[in-house]
Amino acid sequence: MPSQPADGAILAVRHLSAEYLLERGAVVAVDDVSFDVGRGEFLAIVGESGCGKSTLLFAIAQLLARPAAITAGTVTFRGRNLVGLTDRQLVAVRWTGMSVVMQSAMNALNPVKSIGAQFRDAMRAHGTTSASLAGQRSAEVLRMVGIDPVHLRSYPHQLSGGMRQRAMIAMALLFTPELVIMDEPTSALDVVAQRSLMVQIKELQRRFGFAVVFVTHDMSLVSHFSDRLMVMYAGQVAEIGPTGRVFGAPAHPYTAGLMEAFPSIRGPRRALTGIGGSPPDLASPPGGCRFAPRCAKVMERCTAEQPGLFEVDGIHVRCFLWDGAAMPVGRP
Amino acid sequence: MTAGGSRPARAAGVPLLRTEGLTRHFKIGGAVSRRTLHAVDDVSLSVGERQIVALAGESGSGKSTIARLLARVYRPTSGEIYFEGRPISAFRSRADRLAYAGLVPMVFQDPFSSINPVFRVSHGILRGLKLHRPDLSAAQRRDEAARVFEAVGLAPGGDVLQRYPHELSGGQRQRVGFAQALALRPKLIIADEPVSMLDVSIRVGLLNLMTELRDRQGVSILYITHDLASARYVADRLVIMYAGQIAEAGPTEEVIADPRHPYTQLLLSAVPDPHAPLGVSAQTDRGEPPRVIDPEPGCRFRWRCPLAIDACRTITPVLRPAGGAGHQGPPGTAPEGDREVACHVAQSGAPVRAF
Repeated sequence: MPSQPADGAILAVRHLSAEYLLERGAVVAVDDVSFDVGRGEFLAIVGESGCGKSTLLFAIAQLLARPAAITAGTVTFRGRNLVGLTDRQLVAVRWTGMSVVMQSAMNALNPVKSIGAQFRDAMRAHGTTSASLAGQRSAEVLRMVGIDPVHLRSYPHQLSGGMRQRAMIAMALLFTPELVIMDEPTSALDVVAQRSLMVQIKELQRRFGFAVVFVTHDMSLVSHFSDRLMVMYAGQVAEIGPTGRVFGAPAHPYTAGLMEAFPSIRGPRRALTGIGGSPPDLASPPGGCRFAPRCAKVMERCTAEQPGLFEVDGIHVRCFLWDGAAMPVGRP
Repeated sequence: MTAGGSRPARAAGVPLLRTEGLTRHFKIGGAVSRRTLHAVDDVSLSVGERQIVALAGESGSGKSTIARLLARVYRPTSGEIYFEGRPISAFRSRADRLAYAGLVPMVFQDPFSSINPVFRVSHGILRGLKLHRPDLSAAQRRDEAARVFEAVGLAPGGDVLQRYPHELSGGQRQRVGFAQALALRPKLIIADEPVSMLDVSIRVGLLNLMTELRDRQGVSILYITHDLASARYVADRLVIMYAGQIAEAGPTEEVIADPRHPYTQLLLSAVPDPHAPLGVSAQTDRGEPPRVIDPEPGCRFRWRCPLAIDACRTITPVLRPAGGAGHQGPPGTAPEGDREVACHVAQSGAPVRAF
């Protein structure tokens, strides 16, 4: 991973680490993570529960609260490092430059305020004092996500799950930000609503050109929507590369295992094995490669030293199989 | 007559479990409200011996209500459940009800809240054994618990029994759930979304366990899920629910390869599958949930259905054999291999290609 942001990168994360400082010791939930997000790009971050993907997202948005904190690294958004900025300084970035869509709209929306009132609050906090202007913009963004503006008068409980998630996305777009960060926005939705929302996010992205960082546990969900895919395991980047290539030829044994873990609805029906064991406790991660205890291709070296990221064919992968000396056949 | 103990031999062809017109309504709103939520309406389905039947549908489709009706958590508003041919509403004595609970146990969705965290995991299974198999001595119960733990992949059984729930992973906890059910020597396990809370890498292990239980222990399973791909992976028969009613039922592969109900087609087209190109036909459907509070007559899917005809607005479609097979019995009793669909257009014999 280059130390300078690539040309056109709107977000550059470098050597970012975040820890939960607990009495029994520090839990490193995000461990030396680096990546770029290009202008208008859709980056998907996938991983299982406890892999650090949500902590990473909160760290990028500067939303970590004690006992969690960023312990190293930088988050450069539009050329400015956000780590260490005060809330007051962040006002200039939040909502207008980058906005966040949370996982559970029911918890993220205020249950005793109408949708319109919540939109107004957000706009007022960022300098829009004219009520009519706020009303106009609110109606506009609701229409953008396909909700009738009459629902500005509705309360969250009066909307379906899908509509609430759409309203959250509308709110994130109030100021036409350049980056929208989404934490499992579709995980509470049924498949039809889920697909419809994904298509809509892509559509809005095409129209307004914002970049998306999309965190999910569901790899198949993003397969058709993301430009690049980052797979996290035990707080680290296991693999990152163009989505099609990661799906087509997963380089990390963990990614390959995940691909073999969910049954297909259209392909041939065949027996699957999943991945044995379970992810490590991040309070005391195994020495060496963190996936080694579950890995079918484990080598002697894997338990002794930690693999770094190796670049193979546009993909970065944390696995000794790709160390130049041990380059396996079947891949240029 | 008792449900357990000396069970009379069942006539050939009688399914293990069958529901007939099963209906459950809930009054909602305040005391003066007259509104009724139709959670389950006129559901007729059957589960055969050594069979995994997947009951699939979106949230609010009534699938978990059916699970609770079968487990006797709720009483039906109307309709009947037949177990081995006998109506379960007739099981009134404690012995009958206990026997039924042992023969048709339930596995719950959330392995984090369905096991008591203050006891070792042996607690639940030993209690179940004590209650349901009083012939066993304390030592025999321990042995049996260890044996069942190993049968569900928790080895060494004696060791795992001594652990506390927090020492086990989500997948292991869900295996404890299956072990507790299996210890009762069940005929049919009702598994309500047993893998949906688990991580992807763990899920397949549990799905494989379900097919193993069917193949090695001869247990039938009613697998309740919103995930069609996993239903396809384990189930012999697939039942699709929509708005409290069955939309379509049939052998899993046939329903997935050739769905006859427009809703099944919509649902299948929306399943994300990295192994296949993105389906683009049904993107205008927002997936808004149906109205099940005081529903009017007519098909409940008609608002979303591009093929709706006049009849769909007035006559509620009934589940009937699809494709003109010979079966003419009441709904839900189609012999294995038969397809059933509740759609006026499909029943008219016209080709259905809605999504």
